[in-house]
Amino acid sequence: MALAFKKETFRDDYTYRNSPEAIRRFPFPFPEDRYMYSVNMEPHVPGAKGSAVEHILDVDEHYVAECADKAITLAQDPGRYAALPHTMDAQWDVLELIMDALANDYPEQFKLSKNGNVWSWENKPLNIKDTFTFGDRDTLPMEPFEYIGRQIQGDWTILDQRDNDLYVDAGIVTSQADWSLMFDAGMSFMQWHGPVPQAHEMGIFERALKYLLNMQYGSPVRRFNWTMTINPRLDTSPENYEQWGQDRNTVTPQNAGEKVHLRVELQTLYRLPRSNGIVFSIRCYLISLEDLATYPRWAKRMHRVLRDLHPDLAEYKGLVKYRDAAVQWLSKFDDGAPLELGTQAE
Amino acid sequence: MSLNSVNVKVAAIERVTPLVKHFTLVREDGGKLPPFSGGSHIVVSMDAGGKVYRNAYSLMGSPEDTDAYHISVRRQERSRGGSVFMHDKVTEGSALQITAPTNLFAISRMGRKHVLIAGGIGITPFMSQLHDIARNGFDYELHYAFRSPEHGAFSDQLKARCGERAHFYVDSNGKKLDIREVLSRQPLGTHVYVCGPGTMVAAVLETARDLGWPERHIHSEQFGAPPGGEPFKVALAKSGLEVEVPGDTSMLQALEDAGVEIDSLCRGGACGRCMTEVLACDGELLHHDDYLSEAEKASGKKMMPCVSRARCTHLLVNL
Ligand code: HEM
Repeated sequence: MALAFKKETFRDDYTYRNSPEAIRRFPFPFPEDRYMYSVNMEPHVPGAKGSAVEHILDVDEHYVAECADKAITLAQDPGRYAALPHTMDAQWDVLELIMDALANDYPEQFKLSKNGNVWSWENKPLNIKDTFTFGDRDTLPMEPFEYIGRQIQGDWTILDQRDNDLYVDAGIVTSQADWSLMFDAGMSFMQWHGPVPQAHEMGIFERALKYLLNMQYGSPVRRFNWTMTINPRLDTSPENYEQWGQDRNTVTPQNAGEKVHLRVELQTLYRLPRSNGIVFSIRCYLISLEDLATYPRWAKRMHRVLRDLHPDLAEYKGLVKYRDAAVQWLSKFDDGAPLELGTQAE
Repeated sequence: MSLNSVNVKVAAIERVTPLVKHFTLVREDGGKLPPFSGGSHIVVSMDAGGKVYRNAYSLMGSPEDTDAYHISVRRQERSRGGSVFMHDKVTEGSALQITAPTNLFAISRMGRKHVLIAGGIGITPFMSQLHDIARNGFDYELHYAFRSPEHGAFSDQLKARCGERAHFYVDSNGKKLDIREVLSRQPLGTHVYVCGPGTMVAAVLETARDLGWPERHIHSEQFGAPPGGEPFKVALAKSGLEVEVPGDTSMLQALEDAGVEIDSLCRGGACGRCMTEVLACDGELLHHDDYLSEAEKASGKKMMPCVSRARCTHLLVNL
């Protein structure tokens, strides 16, 4: 596959844009006019050609720019990468998962050759070429999880499975929707989901946890989550709240199409073979309402979902200040006629 | 529960004690097997001419060895027959099917020290756990009890691997394992792992609890429920079809294979999408999902065909 990587920014002048092709393949998450939490997990099997789930991991036109933004965030705040010492087996598991997937699915960009434990890795887009001994930390410039985490889009956390629960024991987290790795480190599944409204009462987390504890190697799982972000900013962390929180007050019905972005997270989970841990990947896709409206069907659906969203969810997702302006901007696409089920663009 | 299976063949068989044989399994297509974590087990399916045995066995080899898996089977005369079949019928070159490794007996990576207690064939999960322990440099002790010298499977190998951290208790020599003594002298934060005969497991659990060890620090080997089950038939009220559900296939998969349209999502009994109305069942519904409440399960009016099955002669669903 030919991939043309864009030069763009996710901060300051915000030059991030989606090409028509990226808009076409945007993982629009709403099959229905209403949205409520559910146990929306499914086997992570290859999806339609060209879609965000065609491959195990999705590399798109934003790959180089997103890795550059990640490097900036890590340089400013090294605490965005953290790993407890007992995660070393899991770290190698993750390195193997990512390298195998990239080299298999994007052979023009990534090359991996294994000679016993001596591995050679070439990442052409980022200009990286290294030979190292699998399992020997000292043969890489940094811990294996940080090394590979810097070469892949999205946030990644390593979960250790013990006492019939999952614990966040490592993470590389630079594009999160207002949650903190430092805060959640060492917490259990129910604890770190504590702030989420409605879902606990609905029994969603209890079922989701049981499902994950049974997850098997070779049978990964995915789900979609979503929120909204003002300006195409990846780092909407609590740590840097002062850099982006104010932007929520700048939205008007006139500029909402350009400023308000739908933020979709493609979350994938994989059982790790050597450590028996789980790795959780949160891949963030951003699209302005204006670009979303390239496909009026999407804008119409988005209008209904946002207009009728449960107030607890709107509050939790931080949409309250600009929700009305965005709904007003989107309303011009909604003629009120029924929409068929499904997330398709047309 | 996943029914994904791998075809393997037996590359070597070695008798290790009068009752135990060690089997080396390699992929039929010559490829690599997945790496795994110490304490994992696989489910081996044996086709005994129509009857299929499914037994869980611990993986004993090094988790880094992806060329072959190693299991040991003790001949159990009074069991359902799988181990006797492995001993008497399976030869080098025989074809078997295995599931991907699952681990319900992993080393707790936060533990300060690990005490491993094995009785007889219960040594097998520790054979792979010891690799994880060595690679991570964890502190540990191994206590291994067996009937008589010729029944001490792998004891020479363990002496060489573990040195003075391994302690052997040979019943016929009058040497007994004193569980209370071993557990009493452990530092705070130690985890104990036991695999062996039921009486030994019960004694270790009871002693550890009695000494005030937290439940989280006490581990006994567990095998997951083997995937699949007995074959059964399901009749569909709307289409009038009758569908056979083979033992190694879920009811959802069998319905899909028969061309029945049925909504589904997680395929693991959690999301509720494939919920199916049961109109009649003259036997028992085997509910394996986490979606239906206990009351709903008891009512027998709904089931989740992605994981649940039936044991009956007539099952009628509203599809
Ligand atoms: C095991 C891996 C997972 C991790 C590490 C994780 C982590 C998180 C975190 C950090 C948050 C933000 C909580 C906050 O506000 O501080 C969150 C939100 C949430 N999580 Fe998870 N999660 C995982 C799996 C799941 C699964 C399997 C489900 C399935 C239903 C789920 C459902 C949700 C929901 C519904 C929210 C609220 C999201 C929103 O409205 O924006 N999570 N998760």
